[in-house]
Amino acid sequence: MVYLTRKAEFSASHFYHNPAFTPEENRRVFGKCNNPNGHGHNYTLEVTVKGEVNPRSGFVVDLKQLKDVMHHEVLDAMDHRFLNKEVPEFLHRIPTTENIAIAIWQRLTPKLAAAKLHRVRVYETPDLFVDFYGEP
Amino acid sequence: MKAHLSRRYLFSASHRLHSDAMTDAENQATYGKCNNPFGHGHNYIIEVTLSGPVDEQTGMVCNLTDLDSFMEREVLARYDHENLNVLKEFAQEIPTTENLCIQIYEIVHRGFTHAHLEKVRLEETMMNSFEYAGGEAIH
Repeated sequence: MVYLTRKAEFSASHFYHNPAFTPEENRRVFGKCNNPNGHGHNYTLEVTVKGEVNPRSGFVVDLKQLKDVMHHEVLDAMDHRFLNKEVPEFLHRIPTTENIAIAIWQRLTPKLAAAKLHRVRVYETPDLFVDFYGEP
Repeated sequence: MKAHLSRRYLFSASHRLHSDAMTDAENQATYGKCNNPFGHGHNYIIEVTLSGPVDEQTGMVCNLTDLDSFMEREVLARYDHENLNVLKEFAQEIPTTENLCIQIYEIVHRGFTHAHLEKVRLEETMMNSFEYAGGEAIH
């Protein structure tokens, strides 16, 4: 089994708000992330896939295919977008880094054929990142 | 669904690696320039990894405000801009980054209850780092 990781970057804005909370609760729980006008980050995405090395190609996965899937499924949807307003998953779910990692996993996993998705890592800043392994 | 959240913190401290149980020659052979009597310093980076279910109401494993205030109060205030050798924490052990990593793990493991501590990773320089998960294997 060999693990292969591909990186990508995207920039997006978001804010944190739960309509079930009072305005005071929203401010207390989410702090400055609750500003309804949103704020932005340069996200770094790391997608790790695993599989056996194909004896004919020497590849775990065709990197070009992986790059194309990441572009179609993630970057086209999220790059330079306001996540709360433009990405379907986040119309009714808070676009925290945790939920972004889960959404990216759910977008990628049905599109990967040869290799199996191992981990989605999303950096919101260099000092904060989330890993999702598809665990329930 | 279960996710892992990692957060990095910077602090600066000095230390000297020296064991009273060794001769001067043994100390020198074991610790090399880290045995310099006046000590030296590093910019340490702590990477704390926590796991847990993503809360349906908040979308979070734990609130970063809680984690940041805990780390500031219990870890950074203790070690930042200090000489590790004179701290009570190192009265009985040598302030290697291995021992420091274990101490930080124990502080977070005991005191931070909002999520499960997976591991602590401690970078002493850009070239070396140490990880501790309470004795468990790290995947």
